[in-house]
Amino acid sequence: MKYHYYPGCSLEGTALEYDRSTRAVLAALGVELSEIEGWSCCGASAAEATSALLALVLPARNLALAERQAAPMDVLVPCSACYLNLKTVQEKTRTDSGLAATINTVLGEEQLHLHGRLRVRHLLDVLAADLGAEAIRPKVVRPLTGLRIAPYYGCQCLRPYADFDDPELPVSMEPLIRVAGAEVFPWRMGGRCCGASHMSTQREVGTALVADILDAARGADAVVTVCPMCQMNLEAFQGAAGRAVGKDLHISVLYLPQLIGLALGLGAGEMGLDMNLAFHAGVKQKIAFAAAATGTPRTARDKAREHGRGFSAAGETC
Amino acid sequence: MNPSADAEIKTTHAPDEIEQVRRMVQSCIQCGTCTGSCPNAFAMDLTPRQLWQHVLLGRREAVFHSRTFTLCSACYFCTLRCPRGLPLTEAMHALKQAAARERLPRYRPVTAFFRHFMESVRRHGRVNELEFMTLYFAEMKNPLLPLRYSGLGMRLTAKGKLPLRWPLRRKRPLEALFRKAAELEEGR
Repeated sequence: MKYHYYPGCSLEGTALEYDRSTRAVLAALGVELSEIEGWSCCGASAAEATSALLALVLPARNLALAERQAAPMDVLVPCSACYLNLKTVQEKTRTDSGLAATINTVLGEEQLHLHGRLRVRHLLDVLAADLGAEAIRPKVVRPLTGLRIAPYYGCQCLRPYADFDDPELPVSMEPLIRVAGAEVFPWRMGGRCCGASHMSTQREVGTALVADILDAARGADAVVTVCPMCQMNLEAFQGAAGRAVGKDLHISVLYLPQLIGLALGLGAGEMGLDMNLAFHAGVKQKIAFAAAATGTPRTARDKAREHGRGFSAAGETC
Repeated sequence: MNPSADAEIKTTHAPDEIEQVRRMVQSCIQCGTCTGSCPNAFAMDLTPRQLWQHVLLGRREAVFHSRTFTLCSACYFCTLRCPRGLPLTEAMHALKQAAARERLPRYRPVTAFFRHFMESVRRHGRVNELEFMTLYFAEMKNPLLPLRYSGLGMRLTAKGKLPLRWPLRRKRPLEALFRKAAELEEGR
């Protein structure tokens, strides 16, 4: 299984651990990634707020580069904002040849051309549909028993295109959480908006939206996300959100591949778990306890070490 | 509505911008599904439905005195649910673009943020958070503003996620694309 990989700017900076855990988990599951050479910013939420044409040209450039580089493969994108920008240009140019021509006029400045041959896929879609819980199950060595996980999808991997899940009440993460041995925390906030860049431009409004979500997650052990902006909003402003509503809203927030990686027995370093802003001691203890209680305290790495050989892939059966 | 704000709007090309957005929402039936679906409606001076009504009537002063379109966080609930299938999130974007193009002072805190983000992308191909936030603070000239970000900035730096280096290479890899796109947009 092989994909073009578009990490996006956040995954080189504030979401380094999302990049690291995505690569580690996909490698452990036998998925090969080919990073798009020379990729650039997709425009984030800034291009659409300044220029309608640039908001399409910037993601189109990356798809055109991918088309030029290898045999046709789907483009895998972990960031929901990047995913939507890339998907939007793919969808719009498919039905509007005039628009495609205008975009290609601009891309011509770099001798690039968008044919529209590639499918744009969110990481969650690939994990849930292409791989699926059943492909992950045999590789789980450290089930996260007793952990209650609130799946948070955010907006832009669900809407407006609704390509792989219900856009109002999404469920695609649930089998993945269960196969990791954890429970799904029942709530209806999975598809709610975290406020996106409001935390930078209109802090009070962003804080109110984040407080709503964190408040509903009370009772869960952790929230799991699939977008760097959702992750940042939910993990970095818990103090302020709590003060705004007079409650303690502190809770661990992990990226989905980090959760799956834990169950696969991957090391904390490989998944950048030390880089999360909200990964609390209570949850870490619960994970350690779950490992001990299920009689699988050793990770694949430990086992490999005992067998006196280097650690190659978590997926291998030792 | 103060007189200087009125003058500000009359000197712009706002009528064309409104006309473009009016075409996007012209079959609006004023049902209010957008308002009922909007997570930010509680903070808006005009609800989304009211905003579209002003757009339909060509009341550009009302539209460009409102904070409503800057409060759209692009969650796409209204676009998903609109019974007329209107591209409402895109219409919000079109209003943001107009405010950014005209550099309307009342929207500067929001438009400057996105403008400097794009400037960083134009210079380096990928966004450099340190640079664009520095440029943003410089334009806003509010000595208290950086303090709102300093705690988060220090936490990110401690985690090794915000390299404290000013980008040195100035290859401007996307310059040709930015220039061509601007040329086509101005000529439309």
